[in-house]
Amino acid sequence: MALPNKPLGETKAVRDPAVEEREVDILIVGGGMAACGTAFEVKKWAPAGTKILLVDKAAMERSGAVAQGLSAINTYVGKNTPEDYVKMVRNDLMGIVREDLIFDLGCHVDDSVHLFEEWGLPIWKKSADSKNMDGKKGQSMGTLKAGAEPVRTGKWQIMINGESYKRVVAEAAKLALGTENILERVFIVELLNDANNPKQIAGAVGFSVRENKVYIIKCKTMMVACGGAVNIYQPRSIGEGTALAWYPVWNAGSTYTMCLRAGAELSMMENRFTPARFKDGYGPVGAWFLLFKAKTLNGMGEAYAGSDAAKKELQKYAPYGTAAITPTCLRNHLMLVEMKEGRGPIIMDTVTALADLAKTMDKKELKHLESEAWEDFLDMTCGQANLWCATNTEPEKKNSEVMPTEPYLLGSHSGCCGMWVSGPDFDWVPAAYKWGDKGKVYNRMTTVLGLFTAGDGVGCSGHKFSSGSHAEGRMAAKSMVQFIRDHADFKPAIKETKEQLVDMVYKPVRNFLDHCNYTTAVDINPNYVKPAGMALRLMKATNEYGAGTATYYLTNGKNLEIIMDMLQTMREDCEKLGAGDLHELMRAWEIYHRIYTVEAHLRHIQFRKETRYPGFYYRGDFPGQDDKNWFCFVNSTYDKAKNEWTLLKRDYIKIIP
Amino acid sequence: MPSFVIAEKCDGCKGGEKTACMYICPNDLMVLDPVAMKAYNQEPDQCWECFSCVKICPTQAIEVRGYSDFVPLGSSVMPMMGTEDIMWTCKFRNGVVKRFKFPIRTTPEGTANAYADLKGKDLNSPLLSTEENDGYKMPAPKTA
Repeated sequence: MALPNKPLGETKAVRDPAVEEREVDILIVGGGMAACGTAFEVKKWAPAGTKILLVDKAAMERSGAVAQGLSAINTYVGKNTPEDYVKMVRNDLMGIVREDLIFDLGCHVDDSVHLFEEWGLPIWKKSADSKNMDGKKGQSMGTLKAGAEPVRTGKWQIMINGESYKRVVAEAAKLALGTENILERVFIVELLNDANNPKQIAGAVGFSVRENKVYIIKCKTMMVACGGAVNIYQPRSIGEGTALAWYPVWNAGSTYTMCLRAGAELSMMENRFTPARFKDGYGPVGAWFLLFKAKTLNGMGEAYAGSDAAKKELQKYAPYGTAAITPTCLRNHLMLVEMKEGRGPIIMDTVTALADLAKTMDKKELKHLESEAWEDFLDMTCGQANLWCATNTEPEKKNSEVMPTEPYLLGSHSGCCGMWVSGPDFDWVPAAYKWGDKGKVYNRMTTVLGLFTAGDGVGCSGHKFSSGSHAEGRMAAKSMVQFIRDHADFKPAIKETKEQLVDMVYKPVRNFLDHCNYTTAVDINPNYVKPAGMALRLMKATNEYGAGTATYYLTNGKNLEIIMDMLQTMREDCEKLGAGDLHELMRAWEIYHRIYTVEAHLRHIQFRKETRYPGFYYRGDFPGQDDKNWFCFVNSTYDKAKNEWTLLKRDYIKIIP
Repeated sequence: MPSFVIAEKCDGCKGGEKTACMYICPNDLMVLDPVAMKAYNQEPDQCWECFSCVKICPTQAIEVRGYSDFVPLGSSVMPMMGTEDIMWTCKFRNGVVKRFKFPIRTTPEGTANAYADLKGKDLNSPLLSTEENDGYKMPAPKTA
């Protein structure tokens, strides 16, 4: 009897894929908000005949972090100033940020929001008598651009009906770029440096997840914007719920790994985000705090966050802890103090909040309020709505638990890891913050010539969110066109042969085909490891040694030393990844990307001998902040030829008083 | 909360080159069994519950069942996409049903203004194309 020993997926991988070679001027890798911004803007500046190509791992209509939708735009400057925006971001991220990048972004972000509204995104408005109107009814108030007032839930957030947010933004990007210049379902996995200048980008290699084909694409300049990193730490649910990540599970650290392997300098990779969200469903809590004015209680029913003990705890982290708005990490820290001292679980008191609001509202307004609470989930975390349904949770009758999640790496939300990029070319930008080539400055270019990033890829400037990522992609697009204008004579050359590149990309397939008949069960074989197994191995190690949820985000020098050895072994074992089908080949490359990204994260935590972000992670051997030695950026580079990491400090320069 | 395909309702998108769910899934989970001509979710523990497949399915063959790790059985959340609005039906385990309708876009699909004819003028300025077109002035910070 034949054994059922065959690949699982429907598209089997073959040993020798087809190869398609292309050469373009501008390559955009990614299809999320930042890449859509680049796609929209780039042709406005590029001369006729410029060859542009966008490559997305998924379908742009629903790819990236906004695929599911959003219920708010978290960065709209409006009547605030870019200076205020810098101050907010700086305080939330405990002082160490690139103020040039943040100010610059604050000057452009509203233009993208105005475009979203013009394209069809419904944005809530205040009526003449200051009532909230949804995005459809609110059209009668005119547009934000024309001066209509948005519904603010905080100083920076505005409410939207955002189920189709990404579809609308992708539609404009696709129309602007032309579908003939877009490749979907192609996963770029490695960047290629120029044969004549290893500090310059010359192309990238990837493969189709729909047919056995490898793409080798040469370019003069490149945008890499593939989001942050998710499923790098063991999630709180580990069965089907492994994918129940707060940030999209398909963000595999590709941005960081591809850029660092090309030699780009990283910055603040020690920063991470462990958002406190509704337990298990990971639904957003922002609207509950800001719109519904709900409080969190500890297990004793105490509103711990406003207590004298909490104030005393926050004073340890002055001036950030004592600022009017408590930084996100410190809000987590207060929650963790309660949990560790046995006063958990943390409860969002939705019942009291809605009862208080009901006192001042009529029946119709209350119905509208209930609808708003549900839309907050249905627009962006449908699973949380289902969890409430399955547990018979009507928020006006039953409270819900709140819990900090496993760690994520990102540069666009309340986190700031990413690449060290050039700021804009203004006199007020310090010389150490701007660079380029031959006397020219290229805004948002990494330290690799011609390689740009945006959104989650840009370090030291969090709180961009969806709108800021789009605007940043547009800002970089203009710089990229400047770059090709100034490098018209550049002929990208790749030193690797076609055969070498195919062998690298398809190595997991060849490992599988060479050995799959040796055993009777396709997933258990001493000659290869499946990506699913490697993913669990990574998440177990990071959870136990790398300040995961298992240790309440606590680690120390010895733990880090141990996990560095484990990561080295994992990288060696990645040479033996096995993939029998194209979906599995995608997973193989994703885990490879995740491992490098996590290593960068942990090397930075190892280097920074203080606890800069209490509530996100703790160094048990270096508790508290050490401004004297560590009020600086931590940057790093990786040399792939030598397999060597170099870590260094870079000065923080204050620009905004 | 992995998506699942109801066998009776799925027609494999009538033998098209790719099914709607395969086209849209951001995580490449939905595939077509070419013999049965039915789609299925090939990796439920990598499903982000984004509902993209549920919303796009032309025969309403796809629904979601809560993650077995922590979601009790008996509830359902189902969207119905229109051109301007989305309708949600949320059924509780105890039988309570709530329905919501929210706007999704204010313009007809396919009409987003891509400013295809807009050409930037000054490539050296810091302005984006639409900012330049609007006469926007780039602010400078009040520095220390």
